[in-house]
Amino acid sequence: MDNEDGRRRRGRGGASGGQANLWPVRSVGGVHGSPFPGPVLAPPPASRSLSRSGQAGSDTEALAQPPPPPPPRAQTSPGPVKVGTAPNRRLGSVRGVLVSSPPGRRARLSSPGTGRSSSEAREELRRRLLGLIEGNRVMIFSKSYCPHCTRVKELFSSLGVQCNILELDQVDDGANVQEMLSEITNQRTVPNIFVNKVHMGGCDRTFQAHQSGLLQKLLQEDSTYDYDLIVIGGGSGGLACAQEAAILGKKVMVLDFVVPSPQGTSWGLGGTCVNVGCVPKKLMHQAALLGQALNDSRKFGWEYGQQVKHNWETMTEAIQNHISSLNWGHRLSLREKSVDYVNSYGEFVEHHRIKATNRKGQETSYTAAKFVIATGERPRYLGIQGDKEYCITSDDLFSLPYCPGKTLVVGASYVALECAGVLTGLGLDVTVMVRSVLLRGFDQEMAERVGSYMEQHGVKFLRKFIPVMVQQLEKGSPGKLKVVAKSTEGPETIEGVYNTVLLAIGRDSCTRKMGLDKIGVKINKKTGKIPVNDVEQTNVPYVYAVGDILEGKLELTPVAIQAGKLLARRLFGGCLEKCDYINVPTTVFTPLEYGCCGLSEEKAIEVYKKENLEVYHTFFWPLEWTVAGRDNNTCYAKIICNKFDNYRVIGFHVLGPNAGEVTQGFAAAMKCGLTKQLLDDTIGIHPTCGEVFTTLEITKSSGLDITQKGC
Amino acid sequence: MAVMAMAAALRGPGGRFRWRTQATAGGVRGSARGAAAGRQDYNLLVIGGGSGGLACAKEAAQLGMKVAVVDYVEPSPRGTRWGLGGTCVNVGCIPKKLIHQAALLGGMIRDAPHYGWDVAQPVLHDWRKMAEAVQNYVKSLNWGHRVQLQDRKVKYFNIKASFVNEHTICGVTKGGKETLLSAEHIVIATGGRPRYPTHIEGALEYGITSDDIFWLKESPGKTLVVGASYVALECAGFLTGLGLDTTVMMRSIPLRGFDQQMSSLVTAYMASQGTRFLKHCTPSRVQKLPDGQLQVTWEDLTSGKENMGTFSTVLWAIGRIPETRSLNLENAGINTNPNSQKILVDAQEATSVPHIYAIGDVAEGRPELTPTAIMAGKLLARRLYGQSLDVMDYSNVPTTVFTPLEYGCVGLSEEEAMARHGEEHVEVYHAYYKPLEFTVAERDASQCYIKMVCLRKPPQLVLGLHFLGPNAGEVTQGFALGIKCGASYEQVMRTVGIHPTCAEEVAKLRISKRSGLDPTVTGC
Repeated sequence: MDNEDGRRRRGRGGASGGQANLWPVRSVGGVHGSPFPGPVLAPPPASRSLSRSGQAGSDTEALAQPPPPPPPRAQTSPGPVKVGTAPNRRLGSVRGVLVSSPPGRRARLSSPGTGRSSSEAREELRRRLLGLIEGNRVMIFSKSYCPHCTRVKELFSSLGVQCNILELDQVDDGANVQEMLSEITNQRTVPNIFVNKVHMGGCDRTFQAHQSGLLQKLLQEDSTYDYDLIVIGGGSGGLACAQEAAILGKKVMVLDFVVPSPQGTSWGLGGTCVNVGCVPKKLMHQAALLGQALNDSRKFGWEYGQQVKHNWETMTEAIQNHISSLNWGHRLSLREKSVDYVNSYGEFVEHHRIKATNRKGQETSYTAAKFVIATGERPRYLGIQGDKEYCITSDDLFSLPYCPGKTLVVGASYVALECAGVLTGLGLDVTVMVRSVLLRGFDQEMAERVGSYMEQHGVKFLRKFIPVMVQQLEKGSPGKLKVVAKSTEGPETIEGVYNTVLLAIGRDSCTRKMGLDKIGVKINKKTGKIPVNDVEQTNVPYVYAVGDILEGKLELTPVAIQAGKLLARRLFGGCLEKCDYINVPTTVFTPLEYGCCGLSEEKAIEVYKKENLEVYHTFFWPLEWTVAGRDNNTCYAKIICNKFDNYRVIGFHVLGPNAGEVTQGFAAAMKCGLTKQLLDDTIGIHPTCGEVFTTLEITKSSGLDITQKGC
Repeated sequence: MAVMAMAAALRGPGGRFRWRTQATAGGVRGSARGAAAGRQDYNLLVIGGGSGGLACAKEAAQLGMKVAVVDYVEPSPRGTRWGLGGTCVNVGCIPKKLIHQAALLGGMIRDAPHYGWDVAQPVLHDWRKMAEAVQNYVKSLNWGHRVQLQDRKVKYFNIKASFVNEHTICGVTKGGKETLLSAEHIVIATGGRPRYPTHIEGALEYGITSDDIFWLKESPGKTLVVGASYVALECAGFLTGLGLDTTVMMRSIPLRGFDQQMSSLVTAYMASQGTRFLKHCTPSRVQKLPDGQLQVTWEDLTSGKENMGTFSTVLWAIGRIPETRSLNLENAGINTNPNSQKILVDAQEATSVPHIYAIGDVAEGRPELTPTAIMAGKLLARRLYGQSLDVMDYSNVPTTVFTPLEYGCVGLSEEEAMARHGEEHVEVYHAYYKPLEFTVAERDASQCYIKMVCLRKPPQLVLGLHFLGPNAGEVTQGFALGIKCGASYEQVMRTVGIHPTCAEEVAKLRISKRSGLDPTVTGC
């Protein structure tokens, strides 16, 4: 689908030069992956003469102590590290120039898993300082009251040079920073100045360098890297990050390459969401919902021929056409923002260098100051006889050129249930084979309700079985497959014949074949996921990661987008805001949609203890379902409140039509500290499903009946 | 009208007993439940069995009070009448949303072939069938309300009430029998009814209103809707959606009181779906032609010319008047606004007579919305009998207009925000977006639009949210909570979206009007 020769645009100059003026005026300072709220950026020069600043210096420059990527450390948790005392003070302005406060949350460094050794904390601090030095064309460690520092700032200002400044007297751990600086540079005094990663020294040496012309030379020294940023993976997170960086005036490349699925399915730019995830999934879900609507419509007076058949090819063609337009849109969007897009497979070969291999096997290499890994995940196979030969996955389903017919869906993930729901809704005979629980990680009461609705609406469930063999009985489109499965509880085996077997048992990170070992980026050996700290930085300071490949983070498009955007803003835009992975809402688009935000009931009990919680719940009957004669006492709403925090809502769950639309606003409200009282005080919108949350009265602990009678 | 017979059957016993007998029986029940009504028959008497009245009555009964509800539906000029539950249940929200849903289903049938469903043409709509289904559901709700009152031991009288004095009302049954009822507290919740332009010749004789449209057994056919209220636009929207030739005649602006940019998008979408609009026109005459069709004459206010058209149905939706005229309010000394005829109330919902209250559409200055009436009724009962001090907060009430493209809003309109805070202190973020479902269905999304009105000063407190698109009600509800929580623009932006939904576009509003940048969302 995506045939552009990556070379076509290679070598194109830094098209981003003209965008340097896009530095946001509010810019505070390009803090390189640092939790410091402090570095203050001198106001950007009014002139546009400062084109793209070559903040990436040369590796070969004589740094007092070069910032080599630290060797892989035996660090188990990449989480945020408490460096000394939390530097959570906000800085003001430099020389009266107002610098808007970062829109971020209070920069709290309290790490959930504290108790790390001081040597680890020191290492973390070193890493962050090196990041600052490496990430900024001019980096000044200063003290706000120091006259020498002021002279230096004025010098750079008069040269029209943008610089990042960290005022050591205005951050809480300034003393630690100063100590670490003296370790790195053998200089304890401020100002301590770096230009293009080269340690200039203090005030006098900087003025000397200015007189000798060395300073100008160093400032003119452009990056020896091809790019400021290379993003590997053109999915939601990668594209968001790349585009944001480009908007901020950086020279950016995106490498994207879709390795065909075992069934040979491949697709264009945009990643999982656009091609084989959210977008086609929701469109097929809509097709299934329309089938339901067609049934309903007769009750509402609509009349048309009795026989309504579904044509798979018409649907997939329409969906694929839309996806192609999105692929194209992404290409266009990259081009508009002067991001170089290369349709090649990227692998690290050495530090700061990547090898890109295109479809024809041609290799090219590129260098960059920073990298973002956003390669995402691909469906997992069972590793049993016949799976890769005969089974399909969600990578294949949405563009399947023929109707899959009688289908066995293996797995109980949301992907499995969504696919099973869609296929059933389109009139197919569908069985779901489940090893243990449905929707692991989600609220289990809700998960079981999702499952039982599906069961009532024609989906068959085979619980506690796993397939052991898939055999082809007949070729064809679709063919016939025999599946042998065995019980997880005993010796029992069963056999079934299906036209299609869809595996949806989980996804694996695409991190093992990209040379991460060459540069020492640590991955979780078991899962392949990449551990990062709270600023999405890997253990190698110039390498970042976003999206599904992150360890312990959410696998959701909007999360990846948010993380990618904010990462770019932190790296290049002087922003400090971190991606907030808490209270992220999501929706499972099963036939009856399930929307949630916050904690599951199980998790809430685990964290807060049952006696500290109050759970309010009710069934509800959407008005549209009444005349349509659809099930009463099926749609369900539940909130979990923390009794000892003013009945704050810590979990929100809704099972019903348009659950996604309903959940979104409540998620925003949860961000603002939603409480039960506020729910009670808010007027409902009548008649909607969402209004049910404004009238929740029955607690689970009361054991009262929640079935609905009449209205 | 099976329900009428049923209602009559139920009404029977209540009508047979004399009021004194009732009072005694009630007194026994009351004392058994630990409440004494003192010298009066009841602790609380609610006039009007609509959303607000029923909620107040049930809440008071739950708090142990002896409560009576009197409700009487005066037939519309066309003879339409209905059961217990008031406007919302019978001639408002409920039938409106159901017929709106019928119209939406028509759109889905048109979408279905794009998604692979082979729907055989022609697709027709049978008004009779729909109306019967909707009416049956409404009747089940009437029944449900009766049962609920019974369950909570609230005495229900199907009588038309008027004040005798400040503690007593006189109720008249359909058959003309009179009953006197007295109570310590009286709540007036009689709501409103559609207004007829009686000065227009033939208006009363030939026109119908929203009181009738939902109870029509036959399709109204080619319809002229007069008015620009949300009732007018909603009715015109679903009639168009059901395939009827529909024209809206409006004198000035659509959806007065709502954000005007949104309002014009609402009508623009309707026009794109086939609703005709006659703007700046007022009808002057309705005449019945020999074939039964209605000939309407109107004046075009722009050109001053007179025009004429023929319709099967003329629906007036030019506003509503409160049901206060037959209450003999002066007998109790209750003050009304002479212009609006609505009852003047304070923050506690009390009228000029301290023990008489008014809630819902009949009260001056209140939003005419079911959920506000319900909450006001409940809170009032809790204040009266439950030691509560909570008064109703009428600010930031969310609502949704169920036009073909739904419009949900909460908080201030852009105009109102500008007026209150000054243009330079208001920042408006906005976006035109395309719902994913529209793409494959090849639907036009030109009017799918979101606008968030914020204070300009950080952290940019959200003053109002306006959402035009599918499922606007569902989208708006949660954000109404957000605004209630004092959400700032930054907080909304930090909320991660749910992909792919329409609601996520709210959390992605980046373009301010002030910037002048193109607010069209592209890509995904």
